[in-house]
Parts: sequence; C-alpha cells; structure tokens
Amino acid sequence: MAKGVLVDITKCIGCRSCQIACKAWHNHEAGYEGLNGTYTMPNQLSADTYTRISFVEGERNNQPTWSFVKNQCLHCQEPACASACPVGALQKTKEGPVIYDQWKCIGCRYCMIACPFHIPKYEWDTLNPWVQKCNFCADRVDAGMEPACIKACPMNVMYFDDYEKVVQEAKNRIANHPGKYINHIYGLNEAGGTSWIYISDRPFQELGFDTQVVKASYPSFTWASLSKIPWKAVGFAAALSAIAVFRNRGSRKEDV
Amino acid sequence: MTSQSRYHSTRFFTPSTWVLLLLLIIGAGAALYRLGAGLGPATNLSDGNPWGLWITFDVLTGVALAAGGFTITCAVYILNWKKYKPITRAATLTAFLGYLLVMIGLFLDIGKPWSFWHAWVFWQPHSVMFEIVVCLTLYFLVLLLEFLPWLLTKFSSLSKLQRILESKAVIFPLVIAGIMLSYGHQSSLGGLFLITPDRLHPLWSTPMLHNLFFLSAICAGLAMVSIETMLSSNAFGKEPESDILEGLGRGTAIALLVYTAARMIDLGVRGNIPYIFEGSGASQLFLFEFGICAVLPMIFLAAKTIRTSLPSLLFFQGLVLIGVVFYRFNVVLSSQQQMGGTYFPSLVEIAVTVGLVAGGVFLYRLAVTYLPIFAPAEHSK
Ligand code: SF4
Ligand code: SF4
Ligand code: SF4
Repeated sequence: MAKGVLVDITKCIGCRSCQIACKAWHNHEAGYEGLNGTYTMPNQLSADTYTRISFVEGERNNQPTWSFVKNQCLHCQEPACASACPVGALQKTKEGPVIYDQWKCIGCRYCMIACPFHIPKYEWDTLNPWVQKCNFCADRVDAGMEPACIKACPMNVMYFDDYEKVVQEAKNRIANHPGKYINHIYGLNEAGGTSWIYISDRPFQELGFDTQVVKASYPSFTWASLSKIPWKAVGFAAALSAIAVFRNRGSRKEDV
Repeated sequence: MTSQSRYHSTRFFTPSTWVLLLLLIIGAGAALYRLGAGLGPATNLSDGNPWGLWITFDVLTGVALAAGGFTITCAVYILNWKKYKPITRAATLTAFLGYLLVMIGLFLDIGKPWSFWHAWVFWQPHSVMFEIVVCLTLYFLVLLLEFLPWLLTKFSSLSKLQRILESKAVIFPLVIAGIMLSYGHQSSLGGLFLITPDRLHPLWSTPMLHNLFFLSAICAGLAMVSIETMLSSNAFGKEPESDILEGLGRGTAIALLVYTAARMIDLGVRGNIPYIFEGSGASQLFLFEFGICAVLPMIFLAAKTIRTSLPSLLFFQGLVLIGVVFYRFNVVLSSQQQMGGTYFPSLVEIAVTVGLVAGGVFLYRLAVTYLPIFAPAEHSK
C-alpha cells in the first residue's frame, strides 16, 4: 500500500528535531554555516541535509507571526527526476518513496534540472559523487516503521499513513476548522500529485512554495515528444530511401 | 585512389599550429585535473547551477555545429545534388571531429565518467537523456565508418575493406541512419528542457522546443560548413568554391526562413509576442539571438550579391553561428533560474573548452593535410 505524509504547517514550532533525526538516521555530518541573516539553518538543502525547517516571518492582524516549513523531497507520484534519469537510478517504489541507486547513476545531473522542486543535490567534492535527497526513509518504511523525522517530531506535525487516508485527513482538517486553514492542499495536484502533501494557514507562495509548478505529470511533457521519435525516424527513413532511389536512378556506380 | 602521403604542400607546422598545440596541451592538463580532483574543485558548478559551460557549449552547441555532416550527406546522397560533392568529406570530417569532442566533453562533465556505458545496459526509454546518449554513440559510429575509408588509404593492405566501406551498399544505409539518428538527438537536446516549462522564460519555453532545436541545428550546420569551406580554402591556398558557397548561403537562408517562421508562429499561437518588446534582459537577449542572429542573416542571405561576396558571406554566416550558440545558452541558463545559483565558468572549465576547440582545429588540419579530404574535388576539376 502506498504511503503518504501530511505536513500540517500550523503545528510546527521550529524545534528542528526532525532535522537532527534525519541526520542521525543517515549518518550525515552536522554542518556549521555561521550566521546567514535568517533563522533558517542550514540555508539550503544539500548532499548531507535531506530536510530542514525554513523559518518564514510574516504578519497577521498587525502582529508578527512565524511559520516553520519542513522541506524535503515530495516523492511525486510521477517523478520528473525518475523519468529524466537515463539509467533508471531513481525509481518510484510502490510503497511511495522515490529511491536512488548510486551504482547505476552516471552523474549527468539531469534529475537536478528536471525536479520541479529543486530537490536532488550533488556531492560535488568527492571523486565518486552521488546524487542525494530524502529517501522517505525507505528502509524504515519497508520494515513497517515511520520515517525518522516523523518519529522525532514532538508536535505531531506530520501524519504518516496510507496515501488515501492522508489525503482524507487533509480534507477533514480543512473542513473541520473553517477560518484556520486556507483551502489549498499543496501537493494534491502540483506536479501531478505528490506523496507528501501540505496544509497551511498562510498562502503557500508566502511560505516559499513554488506555486507556478504545473498541475500535471511532468514526465508527460517529455514523453509527448519522446514517444513519437521512433515513428518519425522510421517515417523519415522510408521517405529518404524513396527520395534517394528516385533522385539517384540511372546514376552509375562509380559516381558514388 | 592513390595512397600518396600528403594532400597539401603547405607547411603543417606553422606558428598557428604551435599555438593550437599549446592550447590543446593546456586543455588536456585541465582535463586531467578535473579527473584527479573532481567536479567541485575543478568547476564552478553547484547545486544551484548543476549544468555549466561544458554541457552548454561542448555538448549542446558542439552537436548543433556538427549538424553540417548529416545535412550535406543528405543533399549529396539522398537529393543527389552533385554540386556539393567536393565538400562532403570535409563536412563529414567536421562532424566526426565535432562528435569526438562532444563525447570527450560529456565524458568529463558527468560525475562518474567510468560509468558512461550504463545507459547502454540499464535502458530507460522514458528519459530524453537516454535517447540522446544512445543516438549520440550510434551516430558517432556511423561517422567513424564514413571516416574510416580515408584513413585506410594509408594502409594499402586494407584497400579491400576500404572499397567495401565506400560502396553504395554501405554508404546509403549509413547516410540514412545518420539522418535518422541526427534527427533523434538534435531534437532531443531541446527535448531535455520540455520538463522545465515553468522555469524557462516564455520566449524560450514551448512544447515545440525539440523541433526548434532541430531546425536551428540545420542552420548552424550549414553556416559552419560554409565558414569552414571559406577558411580552409584560404588556409590551403585554394580557390574558394564560390558556386558551392553561394548555394550553401541560399540553403542557410531557406533553413533560417523555416526556423524563424516556425518560431514566430509558435510565439504567436501562444500569445507570447509581447514579451519580445517588454525591454527586460530576456527580451534583449532574444532580440539579439533571434532578431540580429537569425532574422537579419536570413534577409541578407536571400540577396545574391551578399552570397557572392566572401566577406559579407563570412559575416552573416558567422552571425548565424553566434545566434545558435546564444540560443543554447539562453535555454540552458534560464532552465536553471530559481535554483539559487550564480555561475561563471572556472579557469579549468574554460581551459578544457578552449582545448577541445583547439584540438578539433588541430586534428582537422592534420586530417586535411594527410588524408584525401579535399582530394576528390581536385580530381574532378
Ligand atoms: S520532489 Fe523532485 S526529487 Fe522528489 S520525487 Fe519529485 S521530482 Fe523527484
Ligand atoms: S545524475 Fe544520476 S540519478 Fe540523476 S539523472 Fe543522472 S544518472 Fe540519473
Ligand atoms: S523521511 Fe527520512 S530521509 Fe526524508 S527527511 Fe524524513 S528522516 Fe530524512
């Protein structure tokens, strides 16, 4: 059964327990960035930071407010990254996670270009570089556990369950709390739907979400052209052969 | 065919040859550094800008400039336009060397060069990149087979193989395969960016991107072949073949007409014409790339007086090349907008790119001097 996660942005208090848990589970080094002018730390996802909380200031009823937004791979239902990969190193599993096989990867980095959410990151400084991104703790999910970040969260920000139940829960919360949430489930339609979805009390574009993302399956954009190439090529070959025979009729052998 | 050792009496090692050799060595050193130190230290690539100079210029632009190979063989073998026969070998040689450099560039750019062959083993037909790698390697093989007979003239014991490779039964299938494979990957290089529709500026974002890349590659290929014909006749003290150059100029004008019309119609249909005049950086880049480097040469190359004057021909064909280079850069760079990176190529990246170009010119000189590239033209005169 495909799993999904609902992230309820209103519940997060910005303690960053999930960041730490993710690093611990994946044996990632802690980093130090120094001050960067925001409370978001680290400032970017990177090869050894699969998730981070971005701290977004705002204003509500003339009062300053904070929102804390968890960022990680959204595990698209039809992932652009996986369709882009020439060797199938990225795969959507039927359990939900989009996982990576570093042995297959050739390092072309097309997945980084293709992902509409800019999620895959690269190990630039090693001689055997891998693509890195949140893997939905596929190992834990396979073993019937919840992802490390979700387990560590003290506020139950994330609700982890079968995808259908997760979507239903998002709809229920919006319906049951009129005025609290805006009526938008981010990830329900974005990029054709994602396994991780978000609900919020502030418009998503204020929170750094890309709301320009097309609400359709990204792989279909390239497939529209790709699937026609073999037929076009065969058509071309037939037409060219016919023209060649016609144009070259009667020419002698030594003319070639 | 004679197996004389040299086809041009001009001195091979001129000062410019030494400069080429020097640039080539510097580039090779930079390439070794990239292999030894990794992408991070050698390049300015980052998570915010994963594709840089090598993908944009060495691969995307290189492939477009090498499009003369399939265009000319199509004209000569398929359409039987005999006039262009004398430049077929030079055009094929350029394509062969071009793709050699593209393969080297791609090899250096991917993070795990030693796993280059994986695409051939782990099929992923839904990936544009897969299609490109497969078509690219197959087309390189085709070019190798087309090039081999001239190399074999050096080995008289293999003349039988040479005759087989030059027979109609081999050449025609090769040419047709070459055109199909070229269509496949020339268009797919644009197809790569069909998956970033929300990031490309509306002036470049279109579901027709793959077709526009193919059409613009034909323009680039023809312009490249003309320029190379002019420059090499100059370098080897031959008479420029004005009849051929005039015809190529006309061909470029027609190809440009098809390409610019297709692009204008596409912009018009999607209501994006106003963006051309919005005055932003993107619109200025577009005006330069498309207006000055595509529409302008199209208009001028339509005039016979321009096509028959060498300097103006060189100028306008040069513009076409610059336009296609800019087209590729505009698309790749804008596909990475909003990824949060700033990018300017590192010295190593520049040295490798310059070295590749220098190596290409060097090998071209070498081949033209020692192999029968222009020879058939001289026989038939
Ligand atoms: S969010 Fe990006 S990296 Fe994650 S599955 Fe979707 S396309 Fe792939
Ligand atoms: S970098 Fe690796 S995982 Fe990403 S598309 Fe290329 S081969 Fe696939
Ligand atoms: S699901 Fe696992 S890999 Fe992804 S952010 Fe949470 S802990 Fe990290």
